Amino acid sequence: MSKNVKHLVTVAVLVVIGSIVTYFLLTTIYTLPLAASAEAGPIDTLFNVQFILISFLFALIIVFMGYAIVVFRRKPDEEGEGDYFHGNATLEIVWTIVPLIIVIALGIWAATILAEVTEAKPNEMRVNVIGRQWSWLFSYPEIEEIGLSDQLILPVNRTIVLQMTTDDVLHSFWVPEFRVKQDLVPGKVTTLRITPTIIGDYKIRCAEICGFDHSNMLADISVVSEEDFDTWVEEQSVGLADLSQEERGEKWATEYGCIGCHSSDGSQLAGPTWLGLFGRNELMEDGQTVIVDENYIRKSILDPDSQIVSGFQPGLMSALGDFGDRFNDDETEMLSNEGLAVDIIEDIIAYINTLQE
Amino acid sequence: MVTFFSLGLVRGLIGQIIGFVTGYGLVAGIQTARGADFNQDLAVMLGAFIGVIGFLLFAGVLTDWIKWTVGKETPIHHGPPKYRPAWTRYFSVDKNHKVIGIQYTVTAILVLLIGGLLAMIFRMELTYPGMQFLNPDQYNTLFSAHGIIMIVSILLGVGGMLNYLVPLMIGAQDMAFPRLNAFSFWVAIPAAVMLIIGVIVGGWDTGWVGYPTLSTTSQKIGTQFFILGFYIVGFSSIAGSINVLVTTFTMRSPGMSLFRMPIFVWGALAASLIQFTATQTVGVALILVTLERALGMGFFNPAGGGDPLLYQHLFWFYSHPVVYVFVLPGLGVISELLPVFSRKPLFGYKWIALSSVAIALVGFLVWGHHMFVSGMDNSLRVPFMMATLLVAVPTGVKFFSWVGTMWGGKLTFETPMLFTLGAISVFLIGGLTGPILATVPTDLHLHDSYWIVGHFHATMFGGFVFPFFAALYFWFPKVTGRMYNETLGKLHFWLMLPAFWLMSLGQMRIGLQGMRRRIADYDPDLGIADTQFLITIAGLVIAWSVFIMLFNLVRSARKGTVASPNPWNSRSPEWQIPSPAPEMNYDQPPVVVGEPYDYGLAGSTYVQVLPASTGD
Repeated sequence: MSKNVKHLVTVAVLVVIGSIVTYFLLTTIYTLPLAASAEAGPIDTLFNVQFILISFLFALIIVFMGYAIVVFRRKPDEEGEGDYFHGNATLEIVWTIVPLIIVIALGIWAATILAEVTEAKPNEMRVNVIGRQWSWLFSYPEIEEIGLSDQLILPVNRTIVLQMTTDDVLHSFWVPEFRVKQDLVPGKVTTLRITPTIIGDYKIRCAEICGFDHSNMLADISVVSEEDFDTWVEEQSVGLADLSQEERGEKWATEYGCIGCHSSDGSQLAGPTWLGLFGRNELMEDGQTVIVDENYIRKSILDPDSQIVSGFQPGLMSALGDFGDRFNDDETEMLSNEGLAVDIIEDIIAYINTLQE
Repeated sequence: MVTFFSLGLVRGLIGQIIGFVTGYGLVAGIQTARGADFNQDLAVMLGAFIGVIGFLLFAGVLTDWIKWTVGKETPIHHGPPKYRPAWTRYFSVDKNHKVIGIQYTVTAILVLLIGGLLAMIFRMELTYPGMQFLNPDQYNTLFSAHGIIMIVSILLGVGGMLNYLVPLMIGAQDMAFPRLNAFSFWVAIPAAVMLIIGVIVGGWDTGWVGYPTLSTTSQKIGTQFFILGFYIVGFSSIAGSINVLVTTFTMRSPGMSLFRMPIFVWGALAASLIQFTATQTVGVALILVTLERALGMGFFNPAGGGDPLLYQHLFWFYSHPVVYVFVLPGLGVISELLPVFSRKPLFGYKWIALSSVAIALVGFLVWGHHMFVSGMDNSLRVPFMMATLLVAVPTGVKFFSWVGTMWGGKLTFETPMLFTLGAISVFLIGGLTGPILATVPTDLHLHDSYWIVGHFHATMFGGFVFPFFAALYFWFPKVTGRMYNETLGKLHFWLMLPAFWLMSLGQMRIGLQGMRRRIADYDPDLGIADTQFLITIAGLVIAWSVFIMLFNLVRSARKGTVASPNPWNSRSPEWQIPSPAPEMNYDQPPVVVGEPYDYGLAGSTYVQVLPASTGD
């Protein structure tokens, strides 16, 4: 027995050293991104406590195993079998009960953090979020001046309630710097609270597989000071009637989700970029070359699969529905509601025309 | 050539093609005649079902049952076929559990190679940021197919271990239902074929989870092949588990009470219990997706009055417990091998045995943690969190008991023992990175990130792959009568273990830093490119190490030194008979006279086995 005590004391010392070393390595390898929201505070504390637990338990098992491998290995001249014992009921009960208490305590504590992170806060601002294959759209129902936007501008240190939905497939709203995540579900409105605390630019990254261009379903998010936010709101207070045709085109491109697949900066998405599109020579899938003009764009919108540019997938745009019908309906509605006669396709073409290289 | 076409496998595949073309053509023909639009999803659905029936019919899986309907006797033929070469029994319907076990295992390894190859292709793509040589479409297909193909491979591997080992370990001559046993294996083949065809006809982009509404609205016809292939695999699981349960409960040797079974059988029992009771729900979920695609029924799409979250509940009610189907037999292998190589009794036999059952039961109450960010209310998230955390307790019991088993032993480190110890270390990484996903606040960050990918691969490698390889090396002399090459075995281990650690820790690191799962390309601004590079290197090393194992096993099966009947000096009954085991295992049931793991108790034995006569 005294031999066993000597073994156990040695192991205990090694477990302590091992835990510290593991924790040091773990926190070196496992670094979290910048914590830029109020929610990140308690969540990161929980992360840290879990890392401490992981380090201790890892060291506990690995040190015992490593010690057994070194000390209890069969020596070259050794015969016979190992020590004969079947188990120890006291030990089994201890290592059932103690972990049980630990996980229950951990669970209760995590539940309080969850309640803290998800509960309603004073002075919240609501933002509606729509996810679409493969872009994001935001609106501010409490601020009249702001229409639909493809980037999320938020004032610092104010809790934002995101009310989110989608018409096509599941998406998930994730800003790693904010730590929290929430799926968008067709036919439902899901809620997520975030309280940005650090001014800066971040990215929303769709975290639920949503088809072809899932990896590019990103949106810019800017956290700005209260004053800058007010300035931005003022800039937005322009009615549809005040916009130029090109500005209207940009607005449609955002609202109808064109920008989810067609970039305006030349980057490669699911569809051809609009930068320098007008007048470009496009090599088509069938080997022909087409010079892009108004008619080409109009036809591309109304019957997307009739002309596919070489290197791109057919069927992606037609799967989103008939844009011609949607435009007609919305144009009729605008005419009757606001007395405004617009041609959405004309506007979009005018906008594309401004995107010269 | 005649021999070739007499093989059940070849005939089955011909039957599947004929069946598929019949079903597909029927729909196409009727719709053309009616002048309706061609509904390809419906055609594939009908083709798939008739194809599977065609396979089973032509391969001969159903022959005996059909004869029974007209009252014909069908005695089981024991031994190799009479008028054909002996090797042909492995490619045809055979009812011997050892043959079926080998069929399962070899198929599992082949399917593992396919799934691994797909992983290596898209892993290469991720080496650097920016698209290198794949387009997002191909990428999505590759990771989706990797997931489901690996799951089929693991199910087949589990089936292989259970089929080969359970009857031998409990002293039975075969499984309770040999024909159903053959059905369980063979029905998985047309299912695997459909998954592979799904990749070839353009793939799908839903991941292995197939969530609606992506899976129900996707235009890609590969989706339908994937869903149906997945569905058919379920038949294999359910039928296979019935056999294991009945065999274990009714065919044990005299004196073998439940707590005197080899511990692996407990893992097999717990896993089969899950397969038998949970597989149906995923079957329902998948068939509803198929019907929604083919007939427009609105089960999941809100536009048709459905609810996309319903699918997730049904899906995870099976798909969470099923990961315990993957790991419980593997953990059983660890518990089985540790006493043999430590020369000591298994520490806390009953605790280990019951912890498997506890994991299986608690496993049914935790599916909601896969839906923590799906829009679930806190009043549901918290109970699911608590239940999930509870899984840590019986899992911890296993780890502590394993350490207790090694303590005070006389350890030796042959390849199976190395893989056992490696499995513990890898499963430890997988296990310890679980609670941080169970607590909802930390999961809000980690959900659908690469942390999950790292955690899941660590549990799968620690709970299945490493133990499976340990089992391959350990029972190789039992199956073939020859020893594998120890040097190559150790080389395999020392390449694979550090590479896996690196891969797994790297995946978790980038996940923590913002890498989402299932993305074809990642943002260089995340600062994760260097780690991605290392993960790819590690993945390549793992792949090559597996090829070393294959080379070792294939070569040793023919040229290895002849093994002694009990090379590991094990007390388990299967090692008390010659290798390879005789056709009927035991002439008379072995009699259990002691405890299974009393290594070190002088003069004790576990079973008394009368040698089988060699004449078949």
